[in-house]
Amino acid sequence: MRRAFWLTAAFSAMPLAIAAQQSDIRVMIQGGARPAIAVPDLRGSGAAQPLMNAFNETLYNDLDASGLFKIVPKTMYPLQVPQQPPDFREQPAPQPTRPGQPPPNGGGAWLSDWSSPPVSANYLAFGYTAVQNNVLVLYGWLFNAGQTSVSQAQVLGKRYFGSPDEAGAKKTAHEFAADIIAQMGGTSLLGSKIYFVSNRTGHKEIWAMDPDGSNQRQISHFNSLSIEPAVSPDGTKIAFTSFARGNPAIFILSTDTGRRLPFYNQVASMNATPNFTPDGKQLLYASTASGGAQIYSANIDGSNLHRISNTRALEVEPKVNPKTGADLAFVSGRSGPQQVYRMNMDGTDVQRLSNGEGEASNPSWHPNGQILAFAWTRGFATGNFNIFVMDVASRNFNQLTYGAGRNENPTWAPDGRRLAFMSTRTGSEQIWTMLADGTQPKQLTTAGKNGTPVWAK
Amino acid sequence: MLDKRKISIFCLSMLLAMFAAGCKKKAPPPPPPPPPAPAAVTPPPPPAAPSITAFAAEPSSIERGQSSTLNWTVTDATSISIDNSIGAVQAAASRRVFPGASTTYTLTATGPGGAKTATATVNVTEPPPPPPPPAAPKATFEQMLSGSVVDAYFEYDKTDIREDARAGLTKDADALKAIFASFPDASVTIEGHCDERGSAEYNLALGDRRATAAKEFLVQLGVPGDKLKTISYGKERPQCTDHDETCWQKNRRAHFSTGQ
Repeated sequence: MRRAFWLTAAFSAMPLAIAAQQSDIRVMIQGGARPAIAVPDLRGSGAAQPLMNAFNETLYNDLDASGLFKIVPKTMYPLQVPQQPPDFREQPAPQPTRPGQPPPNGGGAWLSDWSSPPVSANYLAFGYTAVQNNVLVLYGWLFNAGQTSVSQAQVLGKRYFGSPDEAGAKKTAHEFAADIIAQMGGTSLLGSKIYFVSNRTGHKEIWAMDPDGSNQRQISHFNSLSIEPAVSPDGTKIAFTSFARGNPAIFILSTDTGRRLPFYNQVASMNATPNFTPDGKQLLYASTASGGAQIYSANIDGSNLHRISNTRALEVEPKVNPKTGADLAFVSGRSGPQQVYRMNMDGTDVQRLSNGEGEASNPSWHPNGQILAFAWTRGFATGNFNIFVMDVASRNFNQLTYGAGRNENPTWAPDGRRLAFMSTRTGSEQIWTMLADGTQPKQLTTAGKNGTPVWAK
Repeated sequence: MLDKRKISIFCLSMLLAMFAAGCKKKAPPPPPPPPPAPAAVTPPPPPAAPSITAFAAEPSSIERGQSSTLNWTVTDATSISIDNSIGAVQAAASRRVFPGASTTYTLTATGPGGAKTATATVNVTEPPPPPPPPAAPKATFEQMLSGSVVDAYFEYDKTDIREDARAGLTKDADALKAIFASFPDASVTIEGHCDERGSAEYNLALGDRRATAAKEFLVQLGVPGDKLKTISYGKERPQCTDHDETCWQKNRRAHFSTGQ
C-alpha cells in the first residue's frame, strides 16, 4: 500500500520533471524571455521605393530567423511611423484624465506609442532609403522604446550602402539586421553557409546555400556518390565521403578554389564520416582499416594516424566538441542498436548519452559545447527519427519534432539559436531550418532530394 | 557349158528390147542458142553488213546486288537492240545492268547489209553469307555470376549469416570456384546493402560488415579471398524503394557484382 503510493507519486511527478528539464534547455539556448521588436515597413524616396518590398521582407526574415525577438505584428502599429529621429516628439507631461477616457497618444510620434499596448515593443527599428549618385543608401536606426526621453533612446544609427537594385536592397537589409542582432548579443547568420548533399543532378553531390535557402550552388562534381560533408572551422575546406575512386573514401576540397586537397586514405574498405577538430589541424573519421568501423584521428593530410576507439562494435560519426576540442560525441552499436556516446579524445571515459531506447544518431554540437542535437527514434517506430536536443552534463533532453516524416541530421547555426535538418514531412527529403525550440520551421530546398546539412560560419 | 538355146533366147530378147526402145523415141529439136551476153556494166557493190566492234560487260562477274556495265560500239546499223528488256539503244553507249542471276545479253544490230549479233555475259555470284552468330555456349563472366550466385539476406541491424544465407552462400562458394576456374583473372565484388531505416552513416558501416561477413564465410569454404572485394553502399543503392518489410528484406543483403 505504502509502496503503491510512492510509485504513484513518482509517476505523477514525472511530467513536471520533464517540463522543468525542457525549459532548462530552452533557457540555455534562448537565454530567457525574448524582447519584442517593432519593425514597421521602411519606405524609399523616389527610385528607391520599388526596391522596398524586397528590403522589408529580407529585414523581417533575418530578424525573425535570429530567434532573438518576438516581432510585433505590423497591424498593431500606430498609423504614423517615424522615418528618422526628428520625427519623434517628446511626450508631454501626463495630464489627468477622466476615468474611462483613453490615454492620450502621439499617433506614433511618442516613444510610449510603441512601448505601451497594443504594440508593447521593447525596440523599434526604423529608417528610410534613397538613391543618391546611383547608390542605394539606407538610413537605419534602432531605438529602445522603453526609454522615457527620445534623446536617450537611440541604440543604433547607421548608414548602409548598396547597388540601386534588388540585390543592393537585400544586402543593406541583411547588414542592418546583422547590426540589430549584434546589439542584442546575437550572432548574425549573414555570410554563413549551409553545405548539404543534393541529388538534383542525378548524382549525390555536395552543394552550398545561404542560410535563407538562396544562392544554391554545386560544390563537388564527381558524378558519383558524394555524401557526409564537414566544414573546417575557418570555412576554407570541406571534407566529405565519396565513392568517386571506388570504395567510400575521404575527400577534401578547398571551398575557395574547388580544388582537391591531398588526403591520405588508409587502406580500408571504408573511410567515412569526416569531422574537423576546432583548431582545424586534424580530422576524425570512421575507418574499417582493422575490421569493423572504428574512430580514427589523423592530420589534415591524412598522416599521423591514431585509432581512438577499440571495440567490436560499429562506430561512426565522430563529432569533436567545438568548445573544448578535448572530447567527442559519436555513434556506436556497442550496447545493441545505434546510440549516441561521448568519450575523451584518447578514447577514455566513454559514456552513453542517449538512454538506449530506439536508435540515436547524427550528433551535432551546439557552439557552446554543452548541448547536443541529434536524431532519435525514441517513442516512434524504427527508422522514424525526430530531432532532440540534450544538455550533455545533465542528460536532460527536449524533443523538437514529432513524427512529421523522418527528421535527421540536425546541425546548429553559428548563432546557436537555430538548427538546419533534413525532413521528409512534405513527402521528399528536404532541408529545413527551425528555432532551437522547434518553432518556425522553414523549408529551404525543393529541387531533387536534399539532406545532411552542415551549417558553417 | 552353155546351152545354145539359152543364148539364142537371150540374144532375141535383147533384140526385141532394142527394137521397142527405138520405136518410142522420136528425134528432139536442137536447143536454142543462149542469149547474147549483156553489155559490160559494173554492178553496184552490195550494202555493207553491220559490224559490232565491241560488246562486253565490265565487270563480267559480279556479286548479286551489285551492278555491271555493258559497253558496245556498233557501225553500219540502222537499229540496235539488246534483249533482256533493254530494248533499242544507241550505236555507241553503255548501260548499267543489275542482273539478279547470271545473264547473257544479246546485242542485235540490223542494217541494210544484214544483221549481226553479239553476246556478253554477266556472271552473278552469291555474296558470301553473313558470319554465323558467335558460337556462345560458353557463358560470360557476368552471366555465370548473375545466373549461379545468389544474394545473402540479413536481419535488421544484424550482420550474422542467417540459416538461409548459409545454404545460399555454400552453393555460392561452389559457383564462385567454378567461375574463377573459367575466368582466372576475374574478381568479384561483394556489395553490402541495408534497408532505409537506420541512419545513413551507421548503415554504411553496417553494409561494410555484411559484405565482410559474406566474404569470410566464402573464404572458409575455400573461395580465394584475394578474388573477393567488398564495398558498402549502406542505404544509398536500394534495389527496392517501398516502405514495408518485404522491401526492406530485399535491401538487407550482400550482393555479388562484377564491380563495374
